[in-house]
Amino acid sequence: MAAETPADPLVVAGTALSSRVLLGTGGMTSPDSLRRALVASGAALATVAVRRVDPTTRHSLVELIEGLGVGVLPNTAGCSTAAEAVLTARLAREAFDTAWVKLEVIGDDRTLLPDPLELVAAAEQLVADGFVVLPYCGDDPVVARRLEQVGCAAVMPLGAPIGTGLGIRNPHNIELIVEQAGVPVVLDAGIGTASDACVAMELGCDAVLVASAVTRAEDPEGMAGAMRDAVAAGRAARLAGRITRRFHAEASSPAAGRIGR
Amino acid sequence: MSAAGDGAVVVNGTRRRLVPGTTVAGLVAEVCPSPRGVAVAVGGEVVPRSAWDRTPVPPGAEVEIVTAAAGG
Repeated sequence: MAAETPADPLVVAGTALSSRVLLGTGGMTSPDSLRRALVASGAALATVAVRRVDPTTRHSLVELIEGLGVGVLPNTAGCSTAAEAVLTARLAREAFDTAWVKLEVIGDDRTLLPDPLELVAAAEQLVADGFVVLPYCGDDPVVARRLEQVGCAAVMPLGAPIGTGLGIRNPHNIELIVEQAGVPVVLDAGIGTASDACVAMELGCDAVLVASAVTRAEDPEGMAGAMRDAVAAGRAARLAGRITRRFHAEASSPAAGRIGR
Repeated sequence: MSAAGDGAVVVNGTRRRLVPGTTVAGLVAEVCPSPRGVAVAVGGEVVPRSAWDRTPVPPGAEVEIVTAAAGG
């Protein structure tokens, strides 16, 4: 984790993180591009996938991430059953010496939407096994509550399907999840550009996980910086308390003292 | 997928012949440039790094050797 912890840190499982941005590394075109995006985003954690070793790969992704003071958050991407996800998480714990896991159990190949039944089952097993479980879930408040009940350290509802960049399709559900949650809510998936990340924070999310929006942007480093600023702005706006929406106008200048009246 | 009874094992989906008595540590050294950031499962069970040296890879075993890849 980065050395500097802000005055308003995100706390997950008792650990204060240095940033409310989590960066997914999928889709990054080069180690240098990833390095610059990580720095620009100010991310506290970066996700990595667990895959069979490629004997031809020389660079170490984990060394790159940890060398920047960023924590490695392994994921279980590609798993479609609880059993696969649990084994993947256990391998990740052994490989990266961390009990934290972004739990992903996918139920549909086209939409990559999570399978809620397998997800809750996997979460329950991993919590019992001592993991700090951060589940990627749908935007269903009931599933989010179940995940919290089985001991997840956060819930990570999607804004829209992975990689779509469609933004937050059901902001009301995200607000419902935020309103009931006793653990941090991390908006994960669907973010397309900085305004989406800002909205997530304004809705009350505690952090945002972005991957494709940064890694597949024309300028990943530039977008990473935009995400950092958007998350900070959204958080500040949330804490400042937005005005109530009104149907009709309400003048901000005084009605009294107008000329000719 | 299961290797026949000729002493071969399956490593990351590919058949591989091993010198009898090869340990997990020995197999990792054969397959990986560096053992850092690597984890191993034999027959669907994780073998802790601390046990690599004293765990032989049994004939016919299905072995997964994994590390970090960009993702998620």
